[in-house]
Amino acid sequence: MSDLAQARTFDEFMEGIWRQNPVFVMVLGMCPTLAVTVSAINALSMGLATGFVLVCSCGLVSLVRNIVPKEVRIATYIVIIATFVTVVDYVIQAVSLAVYDALGAFIQLIVVNCIILGRAEAHASKHPPLKAMVNALGMSIGFVIGLLALGVVREILGAGTLFGFSLFGANFQPWVVMVLPPGGFIVLGAWLLLFAALKRRKEARLAAPGDGHGA
Amino acid sequence: MAPESLGQIFVAAVLANNFVLAMFLGLCPFLGVSTRLDTAFPMGVATTFVMLVASLCAYGLNLLLTMFQLEFLRLISYIVVIASAVQLVEMFLKKTSPVLFRALGIYLPLITTNCAVLGVALFQTAREYSFTQSLVFSLGGGAGFTLALVLMASVRERLQLSNVLGLVQGTALSLMLAGLLSMAFMGFAGLGS
Amino acid sequence: MSAPVPASTPAFALIRTLGLVSTICGLIIVGAYQGTYDAAAANRRLALERAVFKVIPAAESMVEWQATPQGIRPAGGEATAGAVKFYATYDAAGALAGIAVEAGAKGYADTVRILYGYSHGCQCVSGIGVVSMKETPGIGDKIITDKAFLANFQALDVRLNAELSALANEVKVVKHGSKTNAWQIDAIAGATVTSRAVGKAINDSAQQLLPRLVPEMEKLRKKES
Repeated sequence: MSDLAQARTFDEFMEGIWRQNPVFVMVLGMCPTLAVTVSAINALSMGLATGFVLVCSCGLVSLVRNIVPKEVRIATYIVIIATFVTVVDYVIQAVSLAVYDALGAFIQLIVVNCIILGRAEAHASKHPPLKAMVNALGMSIGFVIGLLALGVVREILGAGTLFGFSLFGANFQPWVVMVLPPGGFIVLGAWLLLFAALKRRKEARLAAPGDGHGA
Repeated sequence: MAPESLGQIFVAAVLANNFVLAMFLGLCPFLGVSTRLDTAFPMGVATTFVMLVASLCAYGLNLLLTMFQLEFLRLISYIVVIASAVQLVEMFLKKTSPVLFRALGIYLPLITTNCAVLGVALFQTAREYSFTQSLVFSLGGGAGFTLALVLMASVRERLQLSNVLGLVQGTALSLMLAGLLSMAFMGFAGLGS
Repeated sequence: MSAPVPASTPAFALIRTLGLVSTICGLIIVGAYQGTYDAAAANRRLALERAVFKVIPAAESMVEWQATPQGIRPAGGEATAGAVKFYATYDAAGALAGIAVEAGAKGYADTVRILYGYSHGCQCVSGIGVVSMKETPGIGDKIITDKAFLANFQALDVRLNAELSALANEVKVVKHGSKTNAWQIDAIAGATVTSRAVGKAINDSAQQLLPRLVPEMEKLRKKES
């Protein structure tokens, strides 16, 4: 691959991680984001499962992009995505029943995760397979990061553990609401608030480089 | 497993286990369409209708698939049925109320990717509900979804007129709001058991 | 400036493409299903055995049975409608160690699934194990760890009435600290809903299973090889 092509591929990859992070920037696919991030390990598992579906679906969508007529493209994408979700559902059952029980119905709900259909429609249907899959991979990693950000915070505050390892000892009174539904909403809101603040500070600094002190 | 009564299922779906605020289903439209009350309510009704259709079809499909031992086709068949039901609703709305059709805009076809609709089908299958139980479950789910949507829209309409810190505006604020609503609904825990 | 309207694709092309995509997807699904079936089934079997042996410590092996309205018979092939599944467990010597039964009831968040052990010698529940639950961490999930709560199930009275048609006394969950009879369960303070789910699960299951099982207990004495 030429240098320019390599740089472009890298850009594709990084796009999903930062600039178009599905959780913090595009705010898509929130149902699983809030539901399964009660612990870091669940967050990670869900992220990997979704990533698998995203990469494979974008790959197949991209492969058939030239033979799928415009009228049925959404239906086709949905069928392809549902196929890989079914696959990941069986694979998880075969690998770990504990993870399968923890993620529950949300494994099958990956099929309606807006991220995947959105990516297939916006990107994979217009680019060759390798590029589509690289972009999908970047977006998956971005999704995993987003999920972990939530899962880690909720687990530490709500249960005093991280990946199952107790952090604060037996006397820690967990902030239980963090692992309940309201906690999910609040923690995501807090993260978005943080990102908005960071963005505003960056814009302020860019707009007035002469001022030594921030606004 | 012990059968739940129809009343229990309905009350649980609307209040104690509200689809949006407790089970995290249907969040994209919840945050997207709940800016105005007059679009929120029709959206809720449209979604409830799709849920009802999806639930009935899922029940029938499940019977068929189990009979032929084709359970692995369950997810695909459910989602195809949902997509078709949404198409039908779209065509119906376009003919009967073009204004509403335009107002709902992109969010109408997005009912297809609404986790709540597929969620109804999946949960009723997992809990092995009978036909009437599934019916009541989907109605309750839709009613709960509409309730959450309407509540959210009412508050957000008010907020547009008040002084909110610029930083917090937008999705962050909606999420915090949703968190408070969710906490309020936790008070319904155990209702009807 | 209006762009020329693209000619809409003929129906044949639509059907052909959908057919092709469906075939590819169908093959992928079937392949995955076949490939993972054995491993998934093995996982489930293992998890079940682990749960059963935990509830009935003396057990070394188990056999699945069904209790139908007509009586009990070994499970195999089709499950009759309305049949209750249970597991007869045997110790190292081949004698009956206890019966394990799966039960479930709606808790706070979703269904609480448990496995309980029934001992015919005392006509009581000898222990429970939680198979799956999504209850509130720190509150509802105490049913797994709370020693006082679990002690309820070491000798929970589930003897049948004189006609052998139902339990003599319904298994009831009472307020924490107010247990007076052997068929009652002391709820965990602050976790009433989840505690009640466990009690309801056992009650509903026992009411359905024991009237069918107890009259035919003799069939289970020796392990059928």
